[in-house]
Amino acid sequence: MAVIDTHRSPATTASVEAATPGWMQRIHPAAWLVAVILLIMPLLVNDFILFQIFSWSFILGMISLSLMFLGGYGGMVSVAQMTIAGFAGYMVAIFGVSGIGAVSLGWPWWLAAPMAIVLATLFGTITGALAVRTEGIYTIMITLAIAAAFFYFVNQNYAIFNGHTGISSVATPKFWDVDWRAPVPFYYVTLGFAALSLWAVSYLARAPFGLALQGLRDNPRRMAALGFNVNAHRVAAYVFASIIASVAGILLVWSNGQISPGTVSVDAAIDILVIAVVGGMSRPIGPFIGALIYVILRTFALDFLVAVGLDGNRFRLLVGFGFLVIVFWSPDGVTGLWQRWRNRGQDSRNTAPRGGGHG
Amino acid sequence: MDSVAQRLSAVGAGNALELRGVTRLFGALAALTDITLTVRPGERRAVLGSNGAGKTTLFNCVTGDFLPTSGTIRFFGEDVTAFPPHERIRRGLRRTYQISALFPGLSVLDNVYLACRGVSRGRFSLIRPSAKDALVYAAENLVQAVHLSAIKDQLVSELSYGQQRQLEIALALAGAPRLILFDEPAAGLSPTERAELVDILSSLPAHIGYIIIEHDMDVALRVVESVTMMHNGRIFKEGAPQEIESDPEVQELYLGGGHG
Repeated sequence: MAVIDTHRSPATTASVEAATPGWMQRIHPAAWLVAVILLIMPLLVNDFILFQIFSWSFILGMISLSLMFLGGYGGMVSVAQMTIAGFAGYMVAIFGVSGIGAVSLGWPWWLAAPMAIVLATLFGTITGALAVRTEGIYTIMITLAIAAAFFYFVNQNYAIFNGHTGISSVATPKFWDVDWRAPVPFYYVTLGFAALSLWAVSYLARAPFGLALQGLRDNPRRMAALGFNVNAHRVAAYVFASIIASVAGILLVWSNGQISPGTVSVDAAIDILVIAVVGGMSRPIGPFIGALIYVILRTFALDFLVAVGLDGNRFRLLVGFGFLVIVFWSPDGVTGLWQRWRNRGQDSRNTAPRGGGHG
Repeated sequence: MDSVAQRLSAVGAGNALELRGVTRLFGALAALTDITLTVRPGERRAVLGSNGAGKTTLFNCVTGDFLPTSGTIRFFGEDVTAFPPHERIRRGLRRTYQISALFPGLSVLDNVYLACRGVSRGRFSLIRPSAKDALVYAAENLVQAVHLSAIKDQLVSELSYGQQRQLEIALALAGAPRLILFDEPAAGLSPTERAELVDILSSLPAHIGYIIIEHDMDVALRVVESVTMMHNGRIFKEGAPQEIESDPEVQELYLGGGHG
């Protein structure tokens, strides 16, 4: 292939061998410890914590991860990830079995779920195709517009989406004599999908597709000057992110047993962005940490506020305050996010010998 | 020089690059006016001219970053006037940028690997490359060719200016380039680094042609066999380096008479 190659000495073979560890991901001992703790978690905590804290965190973390993949690696902040997840959730409720016989088609879950993933991925791809022609703040605006439009549509459409009431009593999978929505099985299902998507995103980051995405984040014009089709690559990133978001959306509906316009509201869409920002956009693990913080705040803020003599309904105040504190302590804050993505990895520089040997 | 290339161009075929009547307007401003330019395969040419002469706009039109307002661009006989940049690159065109256009969040090797990947199959590959991957090998070779092997795993944002300029060149050499556009590769380099640059340019295989924009005449005139002078968006003189250097009109306009 490369013309230049044939003119160079073969002395570089050794350096190729030496480069091998750089291309592989080393797993930190702490990661093993966390994995073991997560696996034995049902022995350590009660069903409420398993279902309301961990499963919910894994699901929100996955939706947020799809945003991190687009934003952290691709430089595209899509606020529509919750909408794509919610679209998948609606589809599984509409195609599957629910308490609203007028809108649900009654397919078994193993047909309804793949159908929902396909349709939501298609929806996410169209969203991406619209958004990739814009940059920065305009990407946020166009995806926000899509999120808002979808919310108002499902809120007013009764024929398909059952309007403001939404779709309740959505049937959840039961097979092999297991109710997969019971806290312990559902914990392992959500843990499994969260781990799978975390691994997939980490793996892809070092594959040509993911590397090219990071190249697009750093310098789209140069990527075109290296032979990459910038828009096609960006749309492909939306396809991948949509798959993760739709799986999470289906899990969310199974977790709640229902879906309504509130699930895909603009508030919910922004919560996903807050989770990703709080957790950190530069690493795939960030969204899961952000989701855990968010879920803990949301679950316990009410009790905490009442305990200190404030109105318990002001839990969002506490969430917002937590967000402010974290963003304030990260030196660039929300306005400097763009810059932070560009300088991603500064704090994790490897210990390769410093240059300076040049010239 | 190459007699085959000369014969081919004599019958009007096989030009590496052929611009006919290329004009580029920015509103009322004509950045390029009626540029007609022919570059033979393997030819090395300098484009000289003062700031605002339209040199970089010319590059942008050739690579497709800007579409010309009128005129046609042919690359190895093929009309690429309306092609997007990536299609031109895949046909063997390359460029470097006046201000380094690299990927600061990625390592040196990853930068070059992306360049190699961009002009081959598998741009969307979901599989990580193995150490024996031909493109990883090619990237390692290119990193070595521009003397950056010792720091190949470092992030580009940590590189010195001179190292970034060298990496710029490595990105342009990826794959099978047939014509490279160098936009002021020597800008900001130390004398030692300039000598190294001249070495790298002179040691390119003979079939790779290039067009170089360069203000440093000591670099430019040592690595080319023909020179195009531009002024106010027009070509106003073409010739061999010696002719251009001694041309009184050129001296007055561009060299200010004091070059020596």
